[in-house]
Amino acid sequence: MARGALALLQGLLVLALAPGVVGLVRWLKARLQNRRGAPAWQPYFELRKLFGKEVVVSENASWLFRAAPYVVFVSTAAAALLVPVLAVPLPIDAVGDLLVLVYLLLLGTVFLALAGLDPGSAFGGMGSSREMTVAALAEPTVALAIFALALSAGSTNLGQIVARTMSDPAAALSPGHLLAFAALFVVMLAETGRMPVDNPATHLELTMIHEAMVLEYSGRYLALIEWAAALKLLVFFALLGNLFVPWGVAMALTPATLFLALASLVGKLAVLALAVALLETRVAKLRLFRVPELLSASFVLALLAVTSSFLSR
Amino acid sequence: MTLDTPLAACLAMLAAYLAGAAGAVILPGSRAGRVAAAAGAIAGATAGVVLAAGVLATGHAFALHVPALLSLGGGLALRLDGLGAFFLALVGVGAAPAALFGVGYTAAYAGRYSLRWLGAMLNVFLLTMSLVTLADNVLTFVLLWEAMSLASYFLVMTEHEQPDTVAAGAWYLAMTHVGLALILVAFVLLMPPGAGSAFADLRARALALSPAIRNVVFVLAVVGFGSKAGLVPLHVWLPRAHPAAPSHVSALMSGVMVKLGVYGVLRFALDLLGVGPAWWGALLIGLGAASALVGILYALMEDDLKRLLAYSTVENVGLITIGVGAGLLFASLREETSAALALAAALYHALNHTVFKSLLFLGAGSVVHATGRRDMNRLGGLIRRLPWTAACFLVGSLAIAGLPPLNGFVSEWLLFQSLLPAIGSPAPLVAPVMTLAVGALALTAGLAAAGFVKAFGITFLAVPRSPEAEHAHEAPATMRAAMTFLAVGCGVLGLAALTVLPRLAALLAGYAGLAAAPPALTLGPSLALPDGFGSMSPPLLGLGLAVGAAGVWLAVRLGAARGLRVGATWGCGRIGQTPRMEYTSTSYAEPLRRVFAEVYRPTEDLTIDVHPESRYFVQSIAYRSEIVPWFERYLYGPLVARVTGWAARTRALQSGSVHAYLGYLVIALLALLAISLAWND
Repeated sequence: MARGALALLQGLLVLALAPGVVGLVRWLKARLQNRRGAPAWQPYFELRKLFGKEVVVSENASWLFRAAPYVVFVSTAAAALLVPVLAVPLPIDAVGDLLVLVYLLLLGTVFLALAGLDPGSAFGGMGSSREMTVAALAEPTVALAIFALALSAGSTNLGQIVARTMSDPAAALSPGHLLAFAALFVVMLAETGRMPVDNPATHLELTMIHEAMVLEYSGRYLALIEWAAALKLLVFFALLGNLFVPWGVAMALTPATLFLALASLVGKLAVLALAVALLETRVAKLRLFRVPELLSASFVLALLAVTSSFLSR
Repeated sequence: MTLDTPLAACLAMLAAYLAGAAGAVILPGSRAGRVAAAAGAIAGATAGVVLAAGVLATGHAFALHVPALLSLGGGLALRLDGLGAFFLALVGVGAAPAALFGVGYTAAYAGRYSLRWLGAMLNVFLLTMSLVTLADNVLTFVLLWEAMSLASYFLVMTEHEQPDTVAAGAWYLAMTHVGLALILVAFVLLMPPGAGSAFADLRARALALSPAIRNVVFVLAVVGFGSKAGLVPLHVWLPRAHPAAPSHVSALMSGVMVKLGVYGVLRFALDLLGVGPAWWGALLIGLGAASALVGILYALMEDDLKRLLAYSTVENVGLITIGVGAGLLFASLREETSAALALAAALYHALNHTVFKSLLFLGAGSVVHATGRRDMNRLGGLIRRLPWTAACFLVGSLAIAGLPPLNGFVSEWLLFQSLLPAIGSPAPLVAPVMTLAVGALALTAGLAAAGFVKAFGITFLAVPRSPEAEHAHEAPATMRAAMTFLAVGCGVLGLAALTVLPRLAALLAGYAGLAAAPPALTLGPSLALPDGFGSMSPPLLGLGLAVGAAGVWLAVRLGAARGLRVGATWGCGRIGQTPRMEYTSTSYAEPLRRVFAEVYRPTEDLTIDVHPESRYFVQSIAYRSEIVPWFERYLYGPLVARVTGWAARTRALQSGSVHAYLGYLVIALLALLAISLAWND
């Protein structure tokens, strides 16, 4: 029972933390670029502002355009609920495993892509087409990275993967794990629309993907979509942090272990945020048609991860 | 003699289909004929499902032997076991909505095409498809199989005045007969010399055959049935023939008939031949992965909505074949639990594909009915004009893209889960095969999502790009009812996975290579696989998403500002947004076309006409691009040219002189006599 309550609690925690992580990345990036930057909690103000504004909807848009933000938000939030954030094992493991999480995120992507087409503007169609291309090419990498993890853990259940790595610390440093981590990191950049795949900071650039899709959104709809995008980033951060470096995640439920889990989670998020900020400062955006090369490189990494996991079994 | 329930259901099924066919021919007037054909088909489908459900529920096979019919080949032998019953039920599930849809859809055919012929052939087609799953000796099977192919050929040829249809029919007829020839050879190799040709005799004989012959039989069966199922490289007829048929027949061909190809492979591999070597499974996984990728890659490039769906059928048959292959591979390694799981996943996906592909073809039929167009570049904006069709097509698209909590997601999850534990297997072949299969499966899933965002988005969203789409109208009630039935089916088969999957595993128990008892699936509120490999709960997931959506909607409604204003689409300051500025089917697929340019090898033609006085003034731009599928260019093109060449050469034999023909006859007779003498010595 306590674990069930904790599952819900950590879901709420993730919802609350997500905008802050985006703000942290932005702030770190600004500091690295010698700018002062907005404080890390700026995204909360932005969400509040957006929720308070009226919505402008294109005259061409159908009901799908107005339903999509809810689907995107709820599917991303459901994926976030499945992630082992503070403690394992939780009863939520029975609802879905790592594959379910990936497909829930894909559900959100599909609806966003449909909504991009709905108003009939060239921008939306362009973003939608590119987003689905990137998503399709990222999919095999994700599956093989899952395969590599499942191979050493003997399960695709998130709780079990965490527990297994914790019981066998050497596994975390095995080549299979390291390669899968690298592969998933690249996929995370692509899926969450970060550099070098997409530029989250611009609205007017012919290379944009995510921002082009959501161009027609405003007010509460935009707020839901922005929040969902932040959640997606947090989901990937938490996966990278807790599946590959599981220490800190609580096995027993005591106040001390839970506090430690929270502290280690914040620490991991900060490290990953710094990594992304550094990367976004250092690398330039790739041309769209170079992105498949990046993704196929990550696919090869995942393939190597599976091979080495298999050999070292 | 008392009439027991299975026999009654079987006879009712026969009677209903025959009555439907007769009614379509006899009844006067277009409407009565259409209704009679549909009523017969729906009654027959229902009786078929009842028969199948009886066999599945009791586990007792139903058998009927009529020695007087087909007495040369051992009589008409029918027997329905678990495997057959599953496919019979699948035929029924696909047949009923398609027939219902046909009532409204074929109304527009009155006066143009023969509705009598169409209604009669529809019932014959359904009857033969149903009976193929019951056939229990070689002659019964082959006759029904051929009758099924011919009936579907006639249905394909409905719109016979169009040159495309004629070409499609020719491709179909040629490929299906190549398949039939191979199936016949496979049967002949299995038949005990001089003894009966009942499947029981074949089963007994298979154990005594040398491994080489069994391998040959297996490969012949895979190729022969693969040509019906649309496995690469035998799929070329499928994207031509399926779209050429009337849409409800397309739904039957793509949703149901291709599955009978899978049934044939399963009948041979699981039942008649018995457990084979591991490479049988690996071969099927390879063919399946190739079909899945080729199918979805070409589906993405299609501008024709129905051809896109047909290519996606190739993809889904590939996914099913991957599952079947994994099942056979595990069976030969004696890993019975994994084998049962993989085969159950394949059957589940087959059933799901029947539901969502039928739904999508009926939706496409509704679009064709409303606009007369299949070219997505000329559609768009239909979500406002055909709201019902759009909602149903959206459900089908989400299901086929494998998104939770619909049925396609559940079976794709199961397919993944049946491949993943393989990695623990000690056999050397398994790990590389399964790794590549997982990669192919995942890439297919991603591309399918892109493909169906395109199919739905370009057809139904944004602003119409042609006057026909502008003035489209919603489908009549029968068509809407058929689509709704299938859309609900997509949800039910997803949420009811906990009920469906154990039954599939149970019906497979006892076949060659599988344990007599089904694998222990742990069922609580969620589905946990043996050895704790993964768990997932479709009902909880569905419930969570629904409650979450309601909660978020309510919270936003209460907490956020409510204002909503309708304005023009933002166009960078440009005034006058026109439909020509929208993304079209071709442009949507452009990034993927570039990424996979090596596969597609498109030919592009760009002509720019400039003003004679200055090249800065462009007068017109013409762009043409074509993708000739790889197989057609390098495999079938030369093959067809070669065959046509040979055929032309045989013309020399046909002098027109009766004496010459009599001479040929004598020579042929003498040759046969000589051969038979030599054989007997």
